[in-house]
Formats: sequence, structure tokens, C-alpha cells
Amino acid sequence: MMQRITLYSLLFALYFILSSCSRTASNHQILLATTTSVQDSGLLDVLIPAFEKASGFRIKPIAVGSGEAMAMGRRGDADVLLVHSPKDEEAFMNEGFGQSRQLIMTNTYIIVGPSQDPAGCLGTKSATEALAKIANTKSIFVSRADKSGTHKKEMSLWNKASITPTGTPYIQAQSGMGAVLQIADEKKGYTLTDRATYLAFKSKIALKIMVAGDTDLINYYSVIVPNPNKFPKMNLKGAESWADFLLASTTQKVIAEFGQDKFGKPLFYPALTNE
Amino acid sequence: MNELFEVVITSLQVSGISLVIAALMAIPLGAVIGLSNFRGKKLVLGLVNTGMGLPPILVGLVVALLLWRSGPLGFLGLLYSRTAIIIAQTVIAIPIITAFVMVGLQKIDPELIQQTTALGATRWQMFIILVREAKLALLTAVMAGFGGIISEVGAVMMVGGNIKGDTRVLTTGILLETRMGNFNTALVMGLVLLMISFVINLTLTIIQQKDSRQ
Repeated sequence: MMQRITLYSLLFALYFILSSCSRTASNHQILLATTTSVQDSGLLDVLIPAFEKASGFRIKPIAVGSGEAMAMGRRGDADVLLVHSPKDEEAFMNEGFGQSRQLIMTNTYIIVGPSQDPAGCLGTKSATEALAKIANTKSIFVSRADKSGTHKKEMSLWNKASITPTGTPYIQAQSGMGAVLQIADEKKGYTLTDRATYLAFKSKIALKIMVAGDTDLINYYSVIVPNPNKFPKMNLKGAESWADFLLASTTQKVIAEFGQDKFGKPLFYPALTNE
Repeated sequence: MNELFEVVITSLQVSGISLVIAALMAIPLGAVIGLSNFRGKKLVLGLVNTGMGLPPILVGLVVALLLWRSGPLGFLGLLYSRTAIIIAQTVIAIPIITAFVMVGLQKIDPELIQQTTALGATRWQMFIILVREAKLALLTAVMAGFGGIISEVGAVMMVGGNIKGDTRVLTTGILLETRMGNFNTALVMGLVLLMISFVINLTLTIIQQKDSRQ
């Protein structure tokens, strides 16, 4: 009796393992290493089903920071990348890891802070000027500190302002954007965030927009197809068809409209504008 | 609601399969270690007990490193699949179940073992008799193993990738919903997880108690 139960459960387990193996081994799958903000905003949940239906490919989105996504790309562990860290992307391409890199869409970063505004940032037009005020007044600033695209952007802004943020008021959270917004909210600090995540969390936090609209605060999202000569095992066809899909005018229109119903304005601006 | 149902089913499926595989390996292993005397037994006991406290995130990292396309087992194409989650969860559950079984069987009256041997039982028959005798301990072991894996987040995130409709389980779903600011959905998923844990543990406890009264 016991033997039979053991046998059956073993067979059962084997069946499940083998059945899931055969599913993963097909080359219809595309491993997409993507920045978290695209997933967290819900955009991927709209784009992926449309793409899968049109192309017959299946996308496996792995949401990580842009830094980690590009590390996956360098190892050949991803078929295609969706990232927002232009300087690192240029390095990635220059070192020969990528076949192509195309701009998909943009949105904007904003600097948010507590309504008391201890650093007096409100109304400041320039992001670097606002950071200088925050540093000079030793106000709390919460940093992603996770090598994400947003963190890289923050570092480049500090760099441009010729400030090296240090000390206790500079909190290195090493967390995702949502968590950082909540930490900044709790600690009554400032932080740099993409607008999409801020809008998603707006009703749960008291942070207000301090600086917006500076050209330094544009957030560029690109799709990178890795170099097939370096990674012969990658799904090149799938990667290219995903990149083409993102740049197709119908998809760009979907991107332009995404979020409008929920937030009253779009979260992302498509790279291709027909007009 | 449909999505939630899908996530619940995935959770139960991967944790259930992991638990079965882990139990099939860990119960004989725990029995052998617990019942036999050999040189270095204390060392093995120490190792198994360390394994009980094995950080799941470390298991996740090692499994991920092995399964990366660029890793030694990359040709299998298993990373970011349910199979990868099952592998990681099985590794996490094995030492937990082994340790509980070991301790449980050590408590069995040595005279019973002597008698059984004297009556000419084969090794397999002996194993069956001992398993019956130690049913309570085995159930406790399986419950502990289940508790360890159904609630695992880090390792499952790392090797599963939290892919919608595929490798998203309750724990990683909670993480994602929290990240998206959907605290209500996250909380609902948390409650479902708690309920599953409760129902399964309640069932096992009822079986356990029934058995101990007999």
C-alpha cells in the first residue's frame, strides 16, 4: 500500500516537472528584463497580452532595476531589455553587448517633498538648484540607492550640482520606488521619483510635487536587443519582434493613452509622434 | 478575482509538489539518520540542524546562479519557471522535514526495534512499522516543511521571477501589489495565504490529534 502511494506520488511529481519543462524549453518564449516602473505602473499588463496575441510569442517579464537588467543583458540571461538609464545604455552599446537600442517613450521625473518644505524647494525651476537647497539646509533626502535608472538619474543630478550627498539626512533606502516614497513620507524627506509611481501612490502619501518640468528631469525608456553574435542562444527573432511591436504606431498610441482614464493624464509619452 | 484564483492555484501547486518531493526524500533520510548509529552522527545531526536554519534567500541565489543561461545548468532553460520554484522550495523543505523526522524517530522505544528485528522483519517492513509508530512526528515534520515553503518570498521571487499567469504566487503577488500601491489587494492576498495555512494546518492537526487519542 505504502509502496503504491509512494510510486504514484513520484509519478505525479515527475509528470508535473516534465510538463513544466516542455513548456519552458520552447523558443516561443522571450525573456524580458524590464525596469520595475513599467511593470508597477501596469503598462506591461496592457502591452504584453496585445503583443502575445499578435505575434504568438510568449513574454516572461522579469522586473528588476535598470542596473540589474543590463547586468542580465551582459551575461546573456535576457532576450531583450526595457531600461531607462541612458548613460549605462550607451556604455552597454559601446562595449558591443547590444545589437540595437531604440527610444520607446519618455516620462518625467519630479522632486517631491513634505508640505512644510524645510529646504524651500517649492517653485524652484531647476532640479540641481533644488538639490543644492536640500543639501545646504541639511534636509532629509531619501535615495533609491539601488542602481536603478532613477538612482542613476539622481546621482547624475547631484554630480551636475557638484554635491556629494553624505551624512544622516541622506537616507540610502536600497528599495523600490514605492517603498522609497513611503519612507520619504514617513521621514518628511525629499526624493526623486518618476511621475507614474508618484501618481500611483499619491492618495496614500502626503508628499507634494516640488520641482517639475526641468529638462534635466526627462526620463528616457529604451528597448535594447542584445548582440546575437555574443549570445547565440538568445531568442533574436522574439527580441526583434518585441522591439518592432513597441515602436509600431498602434502600440505608441496605446502608450500615449495609458493611464488617462485613471489619472486624467498620460503616464508615458510615446517616442514617435506622428504630428 | 480570476487572477487571484490563478495565483492561489499556482501557490498550492508549486508548494504541494515541492512538499511531496521533499517529504519523499527527507522522511527516509531522517529515518536512516535518526535510527542508525554511526561514526560522525553528531556531525550529521549538526549539519541537518544547520540546514533547518538555511537562509531561503541563499538557496534562491544558488539555484538562480545554477540555472542562469550562462550558468552550469543554463541549457535546461529552467530559470523563471515553476520548476525552478519547486527546486528551490524542495531544497528549503528537505532539511526542515529531515530534522523533525530524525528527532521524532529517536523517541521511539528501542525495544520495539529490537522486537521487530527479532521477528524477522525486512528493512522495508521495519520502515513501515516505524513510520506508523511515528505518524505524529511525521505529520509535524510535513507541517513544518509546508509552513516554511508556502510563506517563502525571496527565493521564489529570485528563481520564479513573479511572472503573471505563470510563476506569480501569493507571496510574490503581495510584494508586487504593495510595490504598486494596491495595499487592499495585497492585504486580501495576505489573508488568503493565512487562510490556506490555517485550513491545511487545522486538517493535519485534526488527523494528528485523532491519532494520538487512539
